[in-house]
Amino acid sequence: MLQTISLLVENKPGALMRITGVLSARGYNIDSLTVARTLDPGLSRMTIVVDVDPQLRQQVIKQMNKLVNVLQAIDLTDQPAVAREMLLMRVRAPMESRTAILKEAEIFGARVVDSSIDGFALELTGEAEKLEEFIDIMRAYGDIDVTRSGMVAVSLEPRKLRLSPPVPKADPVLQDPMRKGA
Amino acid sequence: MPNLMSGSQMLLECLMREGVECVFGYPGGVMLPLYDEMYEHPLRHVLVRHEENAAFAASGYAMATGKVGVCMATSGPGATNLVTGLVNALMDSIPIVAITGQVSTKLIGSDAFQEADTFGITRACTKHNYLVKSISDLPRIVHEAFYLASTGRRGPVLIDLPKDVLQAQAHYSPVSAIHLPGYKVYTDGHAGQIRRAAQMIWEAERPFVYAGGGIIASGAHDELRRLVELVDAPAVCTLMGLGGLPSSHPNFISMPGMHGSYAANMGMTNSDLLIALGVRFDDRVTGRLAAFAPHAKVIHVDIDPAEISKNRAADLPIVGDAKRVLQRLIKALEELAPEAASKKAEARRAWWQQIRAWQAEHPLVPEVSSTEIKPQHVMVEIDRISGGEAIICADVGQHQMWAAQFIRFNRPRLWINSGGLGSMGFGLPAAIGAQFACPDKLVFAVIGDGGFQMSIPELATIASNGLPVKIVVVNNGYLGMVRQWQQLFYNNRLCAVTLDCFPKAESLAAAYGFPGRTVDSPADLRPALEQAVSEPGPFLLDIKVSPEENVYPMVPAGGAIHEMILRPPQPVSVPK
Ligand SMILES: Cc1ncc(C[n+]2csc(CCOP(=O)(O)OP(=O)(O)O)c2C)c(N)n1
Ligand SMILES: [Mg+2]
Repeated sequence: MLQTISLLVENKPGALMRITGVLSARGYNIDSLTVARTLDPGLSRMTIVVDVDPQLRQQVIKQMNKLVNVLQAIDLTDQPAVAREMLLMRVRAPMESRTAILKEAEIFGARVVDSSIDGFALELTGEAEKLEEFIDIMRAYGDIDVTRSGMVAVSLEPRKLRLSPPVPKADPVLQDPMRKGA
Repeated sequence: MPNLMSGSQMLLECLMREGVECVFGYPGGVMLPLYDEMYEHPLRHVLVRHEENAAFAASGYAMATGKVGVCMATSGPGATNLVTGLVNALMDSIPIVAITGQVSTKLIGSDAFQEADTFGITRACTKHNYLVKSISDLPRIVHEAFYLASTGRRGPVLIDLPKDVLQAQAHYSPVSAIHLPGYKVYTDGHAGQIRRAAQMIWEAERPFVYAGGGIIASGAHDELRRLVELVDAPAVCTLMGLGGLPSSHPNFISMPGMHGSYAANMGMTNSDLLIALGVRFDDRVTGRLAAFAPHAKVIHVDIDPAEISKNRAADLPIVGDAKRVLQRLIKALEELAPEAASKKAEARRAWWQQIRAWQAEHPLVPEVSSTEIKPQHVMVEIDRISGGEAIICADVGQHQMWAAQFIRFNRPRLWINSGGLGSMGFGLPAAIGAQFACPDKLVFAVIGDGGFQMSIPELATIASNGLPVKIVVVNNGYLGMVRQWQQLFYNNRLCAVTLDCFPKAESLAAAYGFPGRTVDSPADLRPALEQAVSEPGPFLLDIKVSPEENVYPMVPAGGAIHEMILRPPQPVSVPK
């Protein structure tokens, strides 16, 4: 079953690789992954959709939380959350089907972001099923080209973020006898 | 400016501030700026003969002391040679810091000479790793690395250092705090959970303590002993936990698992409460999970939340450092005693009777013969000399299991071996690290003839540093543990397990300038060991043991731990 994981991570080199490593090391295939900066430019929010063995779902979250660069990893699968995805589509639109295509787009609430003699570029945001329906319908009009963003999700409950405070560095453990030799 | 330093100087300054006494390493091109700086530096550098052994030696050092072990290697092949040692440290939660050279930042990604993506390669081999891109990050990263390696669940941390960072100059100011907001260290354990655990323990009729490497890592051995005595529960220590409770303690009933004692495995299976302390329910301990301790509730104390309910669901999890949790648990138990204790007194007596009966039924007794040297006999003789006080560094294989079964340990950090990864070639370099850490202790390297041949180059390290390691090769002429499996589970079709060439110990040791001796009769065993120990320097003993001996008891892979093979099966005919 697909699991939706939301992560707050430090924007550090290798962080993405560590997180996907938790999944790839267990042979899981990532269905979608999005990542972008948060209000704090040092942090990124990541949403991963992945098919995980039900008994191992907890374990995967724990392993992610263990990563030094991960501030929080939560399982949104069965939690109150809103999930959305964006789709960009190029559709070939000969003169005779242009009106029908625009009508269809309007029904789905898709926006036209580019228009040319050859066709349109459309943008649609919504739940994954809605995007899929739209794709199915537009196929009927001819060649389409689709790029999906992957899911972004936000928890509808406030979540306490537990961060570790700085640890004062203890007085240096200088090796006196060795120092003398210097 | 007094505090203007090169990256190399800064690194060494930080190592000194971390209290590092010696590092195990091997130089190479991109590390030259650092080695040049070490030329006049008091930090002791031990030149091993292969980088894998630098990581193993650092691990032996760390396991013998609890301090962070440090190893170094150059870029490319040096770094890749470290990998096995890093994974070993990850599996056994050993605090080490590895420092690798890297090609200059401008060259990274250009397939430069001796470039390897060390940061990428070691991501899954370390607790955390770093690629230092700027000298300004260097002090912070070094101290973070030591902090990460030595706190929480211990483990290896790698720092990849490009050559130009080592050469760069910058003002150095000491790091005043470690700030890792996403790194959570759990220590005390939940007070309510600890109280509930105390109740559960007093209410249990057949409690059983299952203690592991976490006891050693957190230094909780005194607390473990106190707990075991207070509750008067039988206790086992896992392969990684040996020495956590003195082997001579009356409540200690040996090691559990695949080659555990009958009483240990029967005790686990029949217990109604497993008190699991710093363990991870490894498959070599649990056997078939579905049949493992089927009647038991589980209290699981571990510093790593990801270990809780990973393999076996915990009825009462406590995330925390074993020492701190046990201190508080003991208090909670004492508050409830003696009324709580007396309630189950009768059931507890019966439980002990049962445990003692299992012990008597199939005790762990070493095979001893007057005509050939039994490998178990070797362990008994080492044990006699050690008296529970020597450091024993084992390699991997049958000899490791016999050593674990028959050598006793009065205290923690005496038993050093490769558990989770089971990495051959570990024992000898680990003994080097342990001997550097504890120059005045008697250190044995107990090694198979297979593993020894993976480690022979390190005889040079031993010789050139005059390390008085006593090397005991338990020579059965086989990759014995693999031969055992082929015999028992593959119809004795022995394939690629014969070690029919072995260097003569006297000549080999002499080639390195120290004494060696071959032993092939039981009568010579004790004198030979005594000779080895009485020599001031290193000694190589090649002990020819009966080649076809097997380790028993044995739980076949995938079996339940109470279904042990206790005795050698009937002789099988050898196919032509
Ligand atoms: C690096 C490595 N390679 C292979 C193995 C598989 N293996 C486990 S035990 C063993 C045999 C070890 O033989 P030896 O060192 O002679 O010890 P013995 O079992 O005979 O005591 C082998 C090959 C391993 N554990 N580690
Ligand atoms: Mg052997």
